[in-house]
Amino acid sequence: MATIDQTRTKGELTSGADILVQSLVNLGVDTIFAYPGGCSMPLHQALTRFGDQIRTILPRHEQGGGFAAQGWARSTGKVGVCMATSGPGATNLVTAIADAKLDSIPMIAITGQVPTAVIGTDAFQETPIVEVCRGITKHHYLVTDVEDLARIVREAYVLATTGRQGPVLIDMPKNVQFAQCVPDYNAPLNLPGYGNMHPPLARPEQINQIAAAIKMAKRPIIYAGGGIISAEASDDLRELVAKTGIPITTTVMGLGAYPSTDPLSLDMLGMHGSVYANYAVDEADLLIALGVRFDDRVTGKVEAFCKHGKIIHVDIDASELNKNKQAHIPVCSDVKFALEELNKIVEAPDDISGWVAQCKKWKKDDPFKYDESYPGILQQHAIRTLWETIHDQDPIIAVGVGQHQMWSAQFYKFDQPRRWLCSSGLGTMGFGLPAAMGAQAAHPGRLVIDIDGDGSFLMNVQELATCACEKLPVKVLLLNNQHLGMVVQWEDRFMHGNRAHTYLGPIDNPEWSGEGDGIGSTDPSERYPNFVQIAKGFGCGAAYVDKKDDFPAALEEMLAYDGPFVLDVAAPYQEHVLPMIPGGMTVKDMIKE
Amino acid sequence: MRHVISALVQNVPGVLAHVAGMLASRGYNIDSLAVGETEDPELSRMTFVVVGDDAVLEQVRKQLEKIVTVVRVDDISAQDFVERDLMLIRIEAPSDRRSEIQQLCQVFRGKVVDVAPEQMVIEISGQEQKIEAFIDLMRPFGIVELVRTGRIAMVRGVNRPRHEAGVRRVEE
Repeated sequence: MATIDQTRTKGELTSGADILVQSLVNLGVDTIFAYPGGCSMPLHQALTRFGDQIRTILPRHEQGGGFAAQGWARSTGKVGVCMATSGPGATNLVTAIADAKLDSIPMIAITGQVPTAVIGTDAFQETPIVEVCRGITKHHYLVTDVEDLARIVREAYVLATTGRQGPVLIDMPKNVQFAQCVPDYNAPLNLPGYGNMHPPLARPEQINQIAAAIKMAKRPIIYAGGGIISAEASDDLRELVAKTGIPITTTVMGLGAYPSTDPLSLDMLGMHGSVYANYAVDEADLLIALGVRFDDRVTGKVEAFCKHGKIIHVDIDASELNKNKQAHIPVCSDVKFALEELNKIVEAPDDISGWVAQCKKWKKDDPFKYDESYPGILQQHAIRTLWETIHDQDPIIAVGVGQHQMWSAQFYKFDQPRRWLCSSGLGTMGFGLPAAMGAQAAHPGRLVIDIDGDGSFLMNVQELATCACEKLPVKVLLLNNQHLGMVVQWEDRFMHGNRAHTYLGPIDNPEWSGEGDGIGSTDPSERYPNFVQIAKGFGCGAAYVDKKDDFPAALEEMLAYDGPFVLDVAAPYQEHVLPMIPGGMTVKDMIKE
Repeated sequence: MRHVISALVQNVPGVLAHVAGMLASRGYNIDSLAVGETEDPELSRMTFVVVGDDAVLEQVRKQLEKIVTVVRVDDISAQDFVERDLMLIRIEAPSDRRSEIQQLCQVFRGKVVDVAPEQMVIEISGQEQKIEAFIDLMRPFGIVELVRTGRIAMVRGVNRPRHEAGVRRVEE
């Protein structure tokens, strides 16, 4: 980190609140998503004093602020910052913090806390948020002495952004916000136990081993994940594929790391991954795993995953190596460094043309597909049409969680990293709209779209107010099937179609007990809630569409609208996300129809 | 297999809760845990006894190392080391049985640290098996109360692989 001397508050007695904000400014933070309350008021007062250097965006719920900070971080690669008051404000951030932890997103969460004198007395709006968040942060601080504050903020930044990235919590008692000292913005960090001050680097003999394994492979495949995106190693990955001609599949976190439109791309693998990616991994004799963690949604039954193959596993987090799956060549390294070194010496395998042809044949035989003759608007059709319409504008896409999320991963073709904002590890419904909002704040001129489901959208619908009031023209493509589609799919597949609280309309509607027609009504008056009215109530543009022929024009209307817009698309709920490998099963158990 | 893990941690609030919480949430079983300051007041030493196969132990060690306030982790089981428990035990000791108890106490190099009209408190330290053996011997007298520390351990100055060290490792 550069030495800081452009500091307003240098050498003078300064309040903790001002030190915190100045420290953020010093670290290059120019936007914060912050919702005030009693114990964070001094911080908000300080934010107004730094208004020309840091934009404070007021979300309408702390969770929305947390996901907006993530949308910022995921789309820029820089740390996202959110703030809430003590007690309920802090606990409302918890889900967003846990989400950032599972997806390794760099985030600093700041919470107000009751004054140190009353900590532990069950004071008004007191929660022990550090205790609550211990297991879901990369690290956490309760600041008890204002003298430590400038150092702690720098430590939080270093921890959030280096090694395996993740969320760091800073809990700020109100009296520490008021307390004054002469800050030292360059105080040395006190992190004797932090091993990633310098990232771990693959040793030359490990690189040689990888190159040798690749050279000898007959049926190699690359399995790349979010680590490639965190490490900004997408170009290096492309170079490796170009040099070796090895087919590549990515995880849901890795979408965009390699162009999905490239012939060697086998798209996503795993539970709802492509048939061809899962076949290829199953048959591979060498799996080159880069920045991935062998998640159960990827592997299914882990013993059967890639059972014929030798495994190379490169990851920056030593604890991921041999955690779920034993690797033959485990390499703890910054994946970008490992790829750069590997690309210097790697040679293409002797002859894999037959294998590549086999992969391409699988891809041709079993593409992602849907019923194109369906008279209404299928979710997959809407997503593919959206991609065809806007992909040349290089938009950023956020999603909620559920069927629409998986269909977006399947049918939207990502060619570049940091265009895809998806709560992958935690799978948090309600993620899409606030994440899109955060990305829009980071990229003001850019097209940012939230592809959402009606269940997910409703979980953070209040953020439409933020979009409208903060002039964040996010577009929402709402694939509205009136149900919790993914749970319905599991009910249909595994629970005899018994509807258990998966219909999102009134309890006197026949759909509630599963006695509907299996299609659902497209009559706007029978649908619930009225999203167009809701969006308009928030001051956003909105339209409803249920006819396939009208969809392109409706899409154009949304894209042309000057401001946030919700396009409510009536979609059926009988569609299932396929292919599917049920949890804990193997590629042999894949459901294709 | 039984492993003794020695971790050097920053002496800051919450570090014990963090370590204990991580071990619990990942489902690792700890047989024993002892914590105390070291010669450097900024650092504390935690000694764990964990039972598990090599894969479990590898994960325990790596997950510990990931905690920011954990400075260093060693699985010292592969080395030659000294380990000790400390126990205080209060026993029914009417005057006619005191000498018998005292004799046993001497055999085990224990120390009588408190004598009351009908009871005695004995302090004893050593390896787990020795402590267990002493407890068994005291049972017939009647154990009133018993407290034990967790295991503490230290690698020997001249180190050899454990399997060769059997002859030299004479306890006390």
